[in-house]
Amino acid sequence: MAAAGPYLAGLLDTVCPMHALISATGHIQHAGPTLRKLFPGDEVLGQRFLELFEIKRPGHGGTMADLRRLTGRKLHLRMRHGPRTEAKGVLVALPEEKAGIGPSGGALINLSFGISVVDAIRDFGLTGGDFAATDLTIEMLYLIEAKTAAMEASRLLNLRLQGAKIAAEEQAYTDTLTGLKNRRALDHLLERLVMSEQDFALIHLDLDYFKAVNDTLGHAAGDHVLREVARAMVQQTRSDDILVRTGGDEFVLVLSRLTDAARVHEIASRLIARLEEPVVFNGDVCQISASVGSTLSCRYPRPGLDLDRMMEDADTALYAAKAAGRGCHVSFDPPMRGKSATGCRSKPAV
Amino acid sequence: MHGMINRAIERFVRDTYGRNAWGLITARAELDFAEFEAMLSYDDHVTEDVLGAACDVLNKPREALLEDIGTYLVSHPNVEALRRLLRFGGVDFHEFLHSLDDLPERARLAVPDLTLPDMELREHGATTYSLICRGGHPGFGHVITGLLRTMADDYGALVLLEHKGRREASEIIEVHLLTSAHAAGRAFELSVGAA
Repeated sequence: MAAAGPYLAGLLDTVCPMHALISATGHIQHAGPTLRKLFPGDEVLGQRFLELFEIKRPGHGGTMADLRRLTGRKLHLRMRHGPRTEAKGVLVALPEEKAGIGPSGGALINLSFGISVVDAIRDFGLTGGDFAATDLTIEMLYLIEAKTAAMEASRLLNLRLQGAKIAAEEQAYTDTLTGLKNRRALDHLLERLVMSEQDFALIHLDLDYFKAVNDTLGHAAGDHVLREVARAMVQQTRSDDILVRTGGDEFVLVLSRLTDAARVHEIASRLIARLEEPVVFNGDVCQISASVGSTLSCRYPRPGLDLDRMMEDADTALYAAKAAGRGCHVSFDPPMRGKSATGCRSKPAV
Repeated sequence: MHGMINRAIERFVRDTYGRNAWGLITARAELDFAEFEAMLSYDDHVTEDVLGAACDVLNKPREALLEDIGTYLVSHPNVEALRRLLRFGGVDFHEFLHSLDDLPERARLAVPDLTLPDMELREHGATTYSLICRGGHPGFGHVITGLLRTMADDYGALVLLEHKGRREASEIIEVHLLTSAHAAGRAFELSVGAA
């Protein structure tokens, strides 16, 4: 090294602590303190630079003359050992004459971690003092942490807002008296069922003799009966069935995946029997029943299932059940269409 | 006032005195919610109401309460992130003090709508400083006093701090740095989860 050696080395250690001074033979003559930290327990002095680091880009022949020609270019490097950390670098060829700065015919290489800095800091246990005072690494780390914390706070806020939205929707879709779904929910859920091309049974159910309960025993008794009806429906159906109170004493049930009319009849009849069990309210006995009409989605052409048609047909079947003397279930049958309800009395299709 | 600051007061009360104390304070301050959202903004009077209620419920003078909040912010494990962010300010307490000028700017980089009072560090000789906090909520200087006291411990420095009061919307804190490496201090790794 030239006479200015120690002075130059000290200067470089402060200004660019991740530098190396390389001799004309490609060996490291001096390394900055941070660069030395990348090789704990290893003496980097005297080693060939290219044995410690691979210069991935730009391509070069590997001789010192090749390296010197990379002067000023942006280098992409990788450590050959340890965690094989990537680095960025720049090289400057040093003067050939003996009286120049640094090792004559050698090179100065300065390195930085670039985007791999977060891993590198962990892998090598680097601290604030390992970076030059002008280096923005610490500010970058600060920003990463600050932004991560701010993002996390925003994410939590979003989660809470989403939770509140779901709760609000749940409320808007729920019949507050019975806890069943309401008319709005039904429209929404049926639309989804049509889109998913899943088959289902559509059931319209009207309570029979409910008005009498309301009129003679009062609204409190009526409300109690409605809650009991809802409870019975929940007990008689599966969790993925949709139970809706569409009006005062009118209900719609959507039984998912059902394609068999006999099975629907069985469920409907069991439900009617259950609803006919007397309900006691404040010592008074309330006795009701239900008329039920149903239709099956598998009987309608797809795609473009005609929901309005299905609703109409389920209604037709319901009126057939009422006409048949109430307290019974009628499956929709195409011949019912357009006929008067009484026409179905003799042949409730099952 | 930014939700971040209201949330800090809330976390301090919850983590130090428990949720019952927080419940009493929100009731006394007549908040119609139980939790502040860190990423929303609130009317300034809300902060004042909560601080007033906290002084009454916890039976603590306002200055002491604010200083305790400052201490809490950089010492409780539940808010470790803030302590880490402040430690990025410098490798020792001396450097940290000099980073305080940048603090409002640093806060803004992280959360663009978070506005902190301007801070200016003046050096009187090698070991005496005064930190001037301009504008901001009255009492902000007390929070900073608690925060500085605890950060000094964090760095292992020995300091004397004195809040010199409020004059024309400015609060001045006097700092005597007795020694910058008095004790070992708490470890600080640049990378999260390294230690």
